[in-house]
Amino acid sequence: MPPRDRGAPEPAGQRELLSAGDVARTIARMAHQVIEKTSLGASGAAPVVLLGIPTRGAPLATRLAERIAEFSGVSVPTGALDITLYRDDLRRRPTRPIGETALPPGGVDDALVVLVDDVLFSGRTIRAALDALRDAGRPRAVQLAVLVDRGHRELPIRADYVGKNVPTARSEEVRVLLAETDGRDGVVLFREGDG
Amino acid sequence: MKHLLGTEGLDRDTALAVLDTSDGLKRTLLGREVRKLPTLRGRTVITMFYENSTRTRVSFEIAGKWMSADVVNVSAGGSSVSKGESLRDTALTLAAAGADCVIVRHPASGAAHRLAGWLAEAGTSVVNAGDGTHEHPTQALLDAATLRDRLGDLAGKRIGVVGDVLHSRVARSNVHLLTTLGAEVVLIAPPTLLPTGVAGWPVGAGGSLVVTHELDAELPGLDAVMMLRVQAERMHGGFFPSAREYAIAYGLNANRLSLLPAHAPVLHPGPMLRGMEISAAVADSPRAAITQQVTNGVHVRMAVLYHLLAGEEDQS
Repeated sequence: MPPRDRGAPEPAGQRELLSAGDVARTIARMAHQVIEKTSLGASGAAPVVLLGIPTRGAPLATRLAERIAEFSGVSVPTGALDITLYRDDLRRRPTRPIGETALPPGGVDDALVVLVDDVLFSGRTIRAALDALRDAGRPRAVQLAVLVDRGHRELPIRADYVGKNVPTARSEEVRVLLAETDGRDGVVLFREGDG
Repeated sequence: MKHLLGTEGLDRDTALAVLDTSDGLKRTLLGREVRKLPTLRGRTVITMFYENSTRTRVSFEIAGKWMSADVVNVSAGGSSVSKGESLRDTALTLAAAGADCVIVRHPASGAAHRLAGWLAEAGTSVVNAGDGTHEHPTQALLDAATLRDRLGDLAGKRIGVVGDVLHSRVARSNVHLLTTLGAEVVLIAPPTLLPTGVAGWPVGAGGSLVVTHELDAELPGLDAVMMLRVQAERMHGGFFPSAREYAIAYGLNANRLSLLPAHAPVLHPGPMLRGMEISAAVADSPRAAITQQVTNGVHVRMAVLYHLLAGEEDQS
């Protein structure tokens, strides 16, 4: 990767892992991987559907689909799959607002569903997403794409497409910023007590 | 939120959060084959109805089941209530049996509040499903959800509530909730069917309350009209000369419907008395949102159970 713009000094306690340019390049690379691994557009290949997990998975899925369309000419349906109602930690936090679920018009039956999320951490979000997906239909297969894998899995879950592997301490926080939700693109690591 | 006892005092943010959750649940379940969510797995919800009900009870039961809660129905007739057990003892028994939430309908105004006090120690949530002539908050929430579906944001909207306001907990809950959401509520009723001091009812900031006896004069200026059932079972005396005369003065028929602006829907909390407060032609017209109200009722009650039971223990 080209050297990052180091113009502005970073606030203490946080470190930029990916710049805006890095995010764009990473998504482009993941798009190529999805095209290759799913044999996109080949005869006999299952139709691919991208489902983003709100909040940031949803715009990531849209961007991934744009790059895929640009590189392969195949337009891939996208949607959003909210997992709030399927979480296993609802009783540990104040009531959460529920997010948006929007399945593409064709549904997910017999499709190759690629779940898209920003950060893969414990794996519990993905477990909840698999449960939510089961109620939405019966895909032929399910894959997982994440912009950042920060480790510390608590369940036997792994990603098929990883933008960047980041070794972290459990106490640190990885935050993905996207223009659609945060005003700018980037990935930032917050150290203990600063998140 | 620990209890839902009324819409009086329910703040705007909480009301909007419940309505937004309801909309979200509706969109989530739309067109799905499996209309069941695992969210309230292992939670026990008991409905306790001391008055007859079709839609409220069914709606709460479906709401609980679609959220995967275990729902148990207790009715006054088939329980120890008929042996003389008090409301308090029945409620403590249900809490001791493991209820996380008790949904109560009772002919006495204030019953739900008393129940919430008695069950505070057990930590059981209480939902008021109608107490006498006091409040029926989930009905007001489903009315608001339906009005939002049809009209968008309710701020500045003029909503007519017509008929037996005196005996109506639906009217009272709607006045509090709709004004809290910024609407102007117009209560329209004959003088005998208005409670004393109605003009002084507390209203939410941003909303306002108008009381009048003239239906035809108000109809052209309304964004929605809600017809109330004439509650003969609570009437001991002559509140109006005859059903026919009531229908002529305050019933919504096809002629009156034509006075209402084209965008304005007709709501009715049910059960309807066709030919009394609403004519069959109006009840079955596309302007009527009555079945939509019932559908929204399930989602609103799912949302209420979600806000009461899904999050961490809330003592407020």
